[in-house]
Amino acid sequence: MTSTAQRLAAIRGDAPPKRHNARTIAALTGNPGCARRAVLDGAGADKPKLAERIGFPARFGQSRFAITRGNAFEAQVKADGGVELLRLVAQRLGVPVPERASWTDLGGADDLPDRHERSRRALTAVGPDPALFDHPLLGLDVAGQRVSLEPDLVAARLGGRFHVVEIKSFPVVDGQADPAKVSAAAVQSAVYVLALRELLVAEGYDEELVSHDVVLVCPRDFTNRPVASLLDVRKQLLVLRRQLDRMARLDDLLAGVPAGFTADPSAEPAALAAALRTVEARYAPECLASCELAYFCRDEARGHTGALGRPVREALGGVGTVADVLALAAGERAPDPGQEEAAALLRAAARLRADALAGDPA
Amino acid sequence: MSTLRALARAQAVAAGAAQRVATVRHLHLAERPLVLVPLAMAGEANAPLAALVGAAPDEARLLIVPQPRNRDQRFRFAAELAAIVLPYLDSFRGVSEAVPVDRGRDVRYRYLDAPQLLVPSPAGVGFLRLFGRSTRFRRTDGEYPVHPDVPLLGRWLTFFTERAEHPGSSALLAMTDALTLHWATGQSTVEDLHLPALLGWIDPPAGLTGAQAAVRAEDPSACPPAGPATDPDFDNRVLAPAVAAYAEAGEDPVAAAAAYAELERVLRAQLAPTWELMWRGVGLLRALTPGARVAGRWDGDKDAFTAHAEHVDSGGAPQPRRDGAVAAAVRLHRLERALTSYAVQRAYDDALVMAEHRLTGEAFVGDVTLADAKRVDDSGRRPVLRPRIQVVTAEPVLVPVGATLYSPARPAQKAKVVFVTPADGKTEVVLELSGGMGRGLTAPPGTVPEVGERLCLTTLSDAFMPAGAFPAPEETPWTHGGPPVSGTDPATDGDAAEEWA
Repeated sequence: MTSTAQRLAAIRGDAPPKRHNARTIAALTGNPGCARRAVLDGAGADKPKLAERIGFPARFGQSRFAITRGNAFEAQVKADGGVELLRLVAQRLGVPVPERASWTDLGGADDLPDRHERSRRALTAVGPDPALFDHPLLGLDVAGQRVSLEPDLVAARLGGRFHVVEIKSFPVVDGQADPAKVSAAAVQSAVYVLALRELLVAEGYDEELVSHDVVLVCPRDFTNRPVASLLDVRKQLLVLRRQLDRMARLDDLLAGVPAGFTADPSAEPAALAAALRTVEARYAPECLASCELAYFCRDEARGHTGALGRPVREALGGVGTVADVLALAAGERAPDPGQEEAAALLRAAARLRADALAGDPA
Repeated sequence: MSTLRALARAQAVAAGAAQRVATVRHLHLAERPLVLVPLAMAGEANAPLAALVGAAPDEARLLIVPQPRNRDQRFRFAAELAAIVLPYLDSFRGVSEAVPVDRGRDVRYRYLDAPQLLVPSPAGVGFLRLFGRSTRFRRTDGEYPVHPDVPLLGRWLTFFTERAEHPGSSALLAMTDALTLHWATGQSTVEDLHLPALLGWIDPPAGLTGAQAAVRAEDPSACPPAGPATDPDFDNRVLAPAVAAYAEAGEDPVAAAAAYAELERVLRAQLAPTWELMWRGVGLLRALTPGARVAGRWDGDKDAFTAHAEHVDSGGAPQPRRDGAVAAAVRLHRLERALTSYAVQRAYDDALVMAEHRLTGEAFVGDVTLADAKRVDDSGRRPVLRPRIQVVTAEPVLVPVGATLYSPARPAQKAKVVFVTPADGKTEVVLELSGGMGRGLTAPPGTVPEVGERLCLTTLSDAFMPAGAFPAPEETPWTHGGPPVSGTDPATDGDAAEEWA
């Protein structure tokens, strides 16, 4: 065990590291500047438990209706050995629909190393026919930890390349879907593309063999009939690579973390909260949708202009705290060097606002 | 986010309560708005689960779908909703007024008033948009026929959601948008989308600050979400067993009635708090004085309502799934014009909004120090009245010489900047006036600002903007796909024969 690994183990406490999945890896690309999050995710700390322990439980429930519907749609799309799916994917890729394709189910309950090996062999075996692989098991290194990933489907040798196929149950109505859901699906699929590329490169193939175009299969309009769309995930791949590289260099990050830092959920809540505060967070309102610790960080950021959102902070001339903003606006405090312009703007704004509220000129 | 609004947010944090960002109300509020609080089933494509609907606080009608995956029940819900919405719309189709057009040479008629729909949040508007889309093409004959009201409801819901995109329209409003137009809270715009938290900041219960009320409003067990998305915890622990119980009851009428009543009870409990909040929001907005130009914009909504009612009456087609090239360009042009005019009108109506423009140098306020109301320019072919005034202001003046400025006090008058002279910390601006002074060579009293008057001058103009010229659809240029291919049937949606669950 390296010293970094020991350090990380000490941070997260007794428990084994929390396993990442495509969703949590995708979440890493949001707010990459947050050191607190990078350290906790790097250590594999149990953030939901942590948040609950310090009195700021996360609210990331999933409705069982949504889960049922998602599973039902995936099963329906994959029925009959994927005949319908093959047609959809081929048509979307603009290649003639092959007469047949092999269907390999790589899912199952057997142990992970075995499944990894089966997936590796299946995906790298060269054959003439197009092939569909159901739930192959891929791996990716995240912060020195091997993470297992399970894409919905991989289509091979269609249009000469491998394509990741992602099946989602949100609808595409008249060619349009919820942008937030599409972008989440794009980042998740990019994680799979990255893992698949890694696997093929290790076997001596070119990484371009895996297409950066991901096939997204969703229900069409208000029906259960599937429709396929292409998502170009090149941008997401770049962001992911950068963030994963950063996580791999956790040593640098850990250098700035105090020696006694702990995120062990079994520690005293007060001590935990105090420890967390020693590692800097970069809270933004967007965190509420993606990070389990967001409510804690928001509470800590109260009184900071950043907690109101980046546009607000920028409109206030980048001044960091509400108290400073109001003091500068009232002329009660001299601006720091570099703040003169912001201070003048705030003073003018305060004067105009007061005038208008007092019913002065219309 | 303007600096002025951002400052109001900072002040709200310090004060622990929302701060006004408007001195007047910038939207129309109907006497009897139809409040609609919809809930959707998680995971499904916009499947309605329940709704509270009504035009007065004590007129709440609860509609539920006991098994949202069942398409028959889904369209039964649509028919029930139509039975409330369509009569509400019809109640505005009694009396018309004559409106002069073509410079008074002709008249056209429009309904004296128009309906108004209120939903909790922009997501509620999105729900109605998709619900309109899923119902307006339904067939009332053939396989899987629906009640004749269903497609009609779909067309009207589509009308309202398209209208909601029109800046300055009040036909369909999201309560969170309506409130944040007038108040700034001490939280982010993301958090403002949560109606309970937003109202917590604006109108906290006694003994709590806005910030405390907002935090309390975030607990979904104490304060259910304003929809259409439900709380997952509610889904898993309350709704799922209730739906299952209804399904198990099957043909047994006693058990089915009991299960139905239980579903009604749990769904009403989720919706009722939002219903209360909606009417509290209505009350807060009603307490504001409407801006001077709000009625003019509401006239636009009345026009649109009248035009759509006539279109439907005359057997016109439902709104297409997607606009053609020409229709899309026309729509975009119309929205852009409305956006510009809405921004200008709000600034003209409200000194606090104008202050945002003063801060960015698009407007300034000064005192008239000199005025020559009789000045006549006779350098041209015939003499014209061109009074000049000098305005002294302490605000920065960023407009160049030659620019045309306007004053909300006299919107028909143009003021051309002739000289800009800085003088001991202030700026003297000499302006030449034209328009809004009658046709003679003497200005009627009051049409030229007098010495001592405090004047706001701005580059923003509320003048009429002529509409752009667009080709007919059959003359769509090849750059835009050429003329549309006729014969595409918008109703071939395919899902009429689809098994749903």
